Amino acid sequence: MTIPLNHLLIFTSLLFLIGLYGALTRRNLVGILMSIEIMLNAVNVNFVLFAASLSPKAGQVFVLFIIVMAAATASVGLAIVLAIYRNQKTIYTDQINLLKW
Amino acid sequence: MVTRALLIPLLPLIAFVIITFLGKWLKEKSAWIAIGLNLVSTFFAFTVIWEVIKGAHFSASAAWLVINQIPLEVGIAVDPLAAMMLFVVTFVGTLIIIYSVGYMHEDPRYPKFFAYLSLFMFSMLGLVISPTLVQIYVFWELVGLCSYFLIGFWFEKKSASDAGRKAFITNRIGDIGFFLGIATFFYATGTMRFSDMTPELMHAHTGSTVLTLSALLLFCGAIGKSAQFPLHVWLPDAMEGPTPVSALIHAATMVAAGVYLVARLFPIFHAIPEASQVVAAIGTLTAFMAAFFALTQMDIKKVLAYSTISQLGYMMAAIGVGGMTAGTFHLMTHAFFKALLFLGAGSVIHGSGVQDMREMGGLRKSMPVTFWTFVIATVAIAGIPPFSGFWSKDEILASALESGHTVIFYTLVMTALMTSFYMFRLLFLTFFGKTRGHAHESPWVMTLPLVILAIGSIGIGLPGSPFMHHWFQNFISHHHEEIQMNTFVVTLSIATSLLGFLTALILYVIKTELPVKLAKKFWLFYTFSHNKFWIDEFYQATVIRWFKSFADLAFRFDEGIIDRAVNEVGWKTVWTANLKNWIDTYIVDGLVNLTGWMTQQTSALLRHVQTGYIHHYLFFMVLGLLIIVYAIF
Repeated sequence: MTIPLNHLLIFTSLLFLIGLYGALTRRNLVGILMSIEIMLNAVNVNFVLFAASLSPKAGQVFVLFIIVMAAATASVGLAIVLAIYRNQKTIYTDQINLLKW
Repeated sequence: MVTRALLIPLLPLIAFVIITFLGKWLKEKSAWIAIGLNLVSTFFAFTVIWEVIKGAHFSASAAWLVINQIPLEVGIAVDPLAAMMLFVVTFVGTLIIIYSVGYMHEDPRYPKFFAYLSLFMFSMLGLVISPTLVQIYVFWELVGLCSYFLIGFWFEKKSASDAGRKAFITNRIGDIGFFLGIATFFYATGTMRFSDMTPELMHAHTGSTVLTLSALLLFCGAIGKSAQFPLHVWLPDAMEGPTPVSALIHAATMVAAGVYLVARLFPIFHAIPEASQVVAAIGTLTAFMAAFFALTQMDIKKVLAYSTISQLGYMMAAIGVGGMTAGTFHLMTHAFFKALLFLGAGSVIHGSGVQDMREMGGLRKSMPVTFWTFVIATVAIAGIPPFSGFWSKDEILASALESGHTVIFYTLVMTALMTSFYMFRLLFLTFFGKTRGHAHESPWVMTLPLVILAIGSIGIGLPGSPFMHHWFQNFISHHHEEIQMNTFVVTLSIATSLLGFLTALILYVIKTELPVKLAKKFWLFYTFSHNKFWIDEFYQATVIRWFKSFADLAFRFDEGIIDRAVNEVGWKTVWTANLKNWIDTYIVDGLVNLTGWMTQQTSALLRHVQTGYIHHYLFFMVLGLLIIVYAIF
């Protein structure tokens, strides 16, 4: 059986919005990072979907690359969070305003 | 040979430069530099005159600038007249410099004195060898400048600085005439070279009014420099300077320059009878008047000062009546005995410490060398044979008589009588009579020049005497007309000299109470003589007063109009500047500041956008993305 494309697109949209909501509302940097990962995954799924329904099907290979890249960026992100923590003794964004004028 | 002649004035100049720059380190030694270089210069002058006697006549010149195709030259020219002057100036001048070592030895500005003396020598020697009127004018002014330095050498004394100024300004009056004379002469004849001033050139301009005027104007310069009436007033005041300076000014340099100029320009004066009449008249008047003033002076140097004026008048008169050689001959002999008289007077002042003859007396015992040399000089100036003054004075009297100027002749004879009288009066008052105070003989550096000059005073007249067949006169001028020994003149001359001597002897040695009585009896003459005809007072009351009031007027004009206009402009400028300052501060600067201020205010508002919270940025990012997406679709 095949799940219609529409359903799956709604699913990925929801997943993306959940991630976006999380990224906007969470105050914990790790939480924000996780939410961003969710959004990334939603996009990945979308990628796979379009690759499956359209030809050529080789587009799915890129998703694997993206996953690897995401792992690398996540590690960089976590490293930044760790560095901030060491500096500020906190990872809550409403307590970090170094970017202010 | 030209180089050697050129070195004669240059060596004193080198001495001047060295002493001026190194005087502080040289101190006492600076005198020896001046003496050394001037001695070399004297030696060169001797060799030069030797060559000239043998017939050489050398000149060299270079064009300095060209006016209307006529070159204006600088250079040197040594003819017999110049050679004679070179000899006299270097010889007498060097002796005076040697003498100054003794006279000035305690002076705080000792090196400077020798620097000035050397500069004076340079100026005078440069003047003597000038080949053109313009060059002679340049050195003429230098001589005037040096006289200003030296007369006012003790400028701490007000009288000395005043005297220096008086000499300078009085000379300036004559020099204006001299300058105009040069200009008009150039205009009339188109030449300034002395070598062009021949009888032939003058012949071409016979009866030219401009040339007559120019001759008179040129004579103005000589009137100023040689202290002739009416510009003689500076010379007695010049006695404020150190005595060697007086000797130098009166014997070898300065005043000799005027006579030298007239002798140089003799062809001009000879060709214009009117001009030479004026020269003769002024000379005679000066000679008589100054001798008259000298009769009653009490200051030893003042007597000698008037004596100098009188003798210069003699020379001028001689040249005026056509006896150019007689005048220059007297210039030479006078240089010797007048230098000796001044140095002797300096020695007396140095030894006794006073200048007023009433406080002297009996000095012949304590100052034997000074006394005997002074006697020789007095006899020479009084004109008693065979001393030098006799020959030259006799020559002048003879040429006055021969030219047919009887009035001038008898006036000059009268002057000779007075000269003899006042000189012996000076001698008796100073060296005879009661001793009135302690005195000592001067050191050898001062007496040695006296002795040498005394020998010169005896012997220098011989070259012009009949014993040597008027050799000197023929040397100076080849056109010289033979002057025969005139028995009448000689007898009269000797008689007047002896009469003057005897009168002085009676009045000041034998019957010493008589002068006061005579002064009372002839009070009119006495007051006139003693107050020098009130000429100084007359100038003070007229020319100087007018000039001062004119200067005052000019000052007020300057202050009230020119200065005020300048100040007004200044104030207005300040006012405008203040206005501009206000505009700058409040308007221009204000606008600039306003821009800055507004930027600050708006950014103060806008900076609140930058919260620094990462979730705010994220929110705006998404919002912006949404807006873009909305705008696109």
